[in-house]
Amino acid sequence: MKSLLVPSFKIRRNLRDKSSSFWMKCCYYLVLSMPFILLTGLLIKSSLLFGEKTFSELIFSSEWKPLSGKFGFLPFILSSLWITFISIAIAAPVCLLTAIYLTQYAKRFVLKVMHPVIDILAGIPSVIYGVWGIIIIVPFVSKVASWFNIHSSGYSILAGSVVLSVMVIPFVLNILIEVYRSIPIELSEASLSLGATKWETIKKVLTRKAFPGIISSFGLGISRAFGETIAVLMVVGNVVQIPKGIFQAGYPLPALIANNYGEMLSIPMYDSALMLAALILFIVVTFFNLGSRYLIMHYEKKV
Amino acid sequence: MINGTKINIEDLNLYIGKKHILKDINVKIPEKKLTVILGPSGCGKTTLLKSLNRLTDLYPEVKTQGKIFNGTDDILHPNTEITELRKKMGLLAQSPYPLPMSIYDNITYGLRISGRRKKRYLNKRVEYYLRQVSLWEEVKDRLKDPASALSIGQQQRLCLARGLSVDPEIILADEPTSALDPVSSREIEELFLKLKQRYTIVMVTHILRQARRVADYVIFMYLGEIIEHGTAEQIFEHPQNPITKSYIKGTYS
Repeated sequence: MKSLLVPSFKIRRNLRDKSSSFWMKCCYYLVLSMPFILLTGLLIKSSLLFGEKTFSELIFSSEWKPLSGKFGFLPFILSSLWITFISIAIAAPVCLLTAIYLTQYAKRFVLKVMHPVIDILAGIPSVIYGVWGIIIIVPFVSKVASWFNIHSSGYSILAGSVVLSVMVIPFVLNILIEVYRSIPIELSEASLSLGATKWETIKKVLTRKAFPGIISSFGLGISRAFGETIAVLMVVGNVVQIPKGIFQAGYPLPALIANNYGEMLSIPMYDSALMLAALILFIVVTFFNLGSRYLIMHYEKKV
Repeated sequence: MINGTKINIEDLNLYIGKKHILKDINVKIPEKKLTVILGPSGCGKTTLLKSLNRLTDLYPEVKTQGKIFNGTDDILHPNTEITELRKKMGLLAQSPYPLPMSIYDNITYGLRISGRRKKRYLNKRVEYYLRQVSLWEEVKDRLKDPASALSIGQQQRLCLARGLSVDPEIILADEPTSALDPVSSREIEELFLKLKQRYTIVMVTHILRQARRVADYVIFMYLGEIIEHGTAEQIFEHPQNPITKSYIKGTYS
């Protein structure tokens, strides 16, 4: 029997079949290589700085005098750490309790209403959070400081942390809700039928089961908070100093890069220094991502 | 042949939303016997079982009417102390759900939330209950290992031991062998035959042969109603209702 296919058509058809998957592969490799390209670029650009000083000298020095070639990153690193951890410390319990309430106590429609609210929170451009911070949070922080007899403009580590915590909440909360929802109801039934109260069940069984998910949600929150730029930059004060309290101004790494890149590049080594800041940012964020993943794996093996 | 009554269900009706799931259930469950709730899937067996220790409370759309008595306590009465009530009934689910903790802690969990803290007492109880389910020899060297590391069959026996640990009067089992291999299933069945001397066991199953092997008393359900109930002999040898007859003969489709 003769084949129905026209020979030239057959070739074209096969070619198209092959080429389609070729382009898919190209896109895949492009996405895959992106972090490595970024990392390499940052390494090359920042390596100029290492000719004169070691990495630890740069990291642990607090002297930031670009005009005399002194680049100490400690104030920026500490500012970033302060803001990140305070914001997570605010967001974490709020998210945890909200997630437990929504999944264990609330009526089903409450959760349904909550989902779009979380999506809206997550979708608001960060500059809007920044404006909100300037209008509401900064004056409020200034007032709170005055209760403690501390003079503060309000543009401070605390203001940055509060704004940031609100921004982190939707991301952490979303994961936590999924984590608690994915726990089979039979586990609750097992605990309850042993005479446990609802709270005992939540505390001793469900939260234990959810633990890896809780850690990973906080880890993701931290890596988001550490890199957030605009909203924090708008309320944090941007003063190069080692913050000695939460009412003082800080200057986190992302703000350093955003404020100065493209402006001060006539100063020798300045762009290298900013690239190093970016590199540190990159490494820390990656570390928290991988770290939380490792914790999950470790814990899942144990329980 | 059947003497004492353990659980007395009177006019139980249960709705999920607008759906009428259990219809006019009236039955007495005998004490220290193995009662099988038999019937095709989706006929309300599990729902009936879960209303016995009010796990139906977990589903807000469930509405129940009627009375269930354990002795003189009305289980469904809103003032009933629910944790005490549930402690009197050990639960064994369709597939094992060990608590996310060690083998040891799975057994002691119920004791610890009842306020038992003494190490010596707990150690003794763990050994006792693990022996009850013939698991002690298999796990005595790794009590601190996570319970999830056990095989499915071992996990189910652990869950049974966990249920026994709070000293219940009744064991509620919801198709307890459906996730298990034949050997493990047989182990569970044999345990039940041993345990029924001291506990009232209510077991849900749709496996006819299993029911024949273990049942003393049979409740046959179909589409949310009790079609027929009686001793195993009555139901298996002389079923009255045509639906029961066809199910017992295996011609039910």
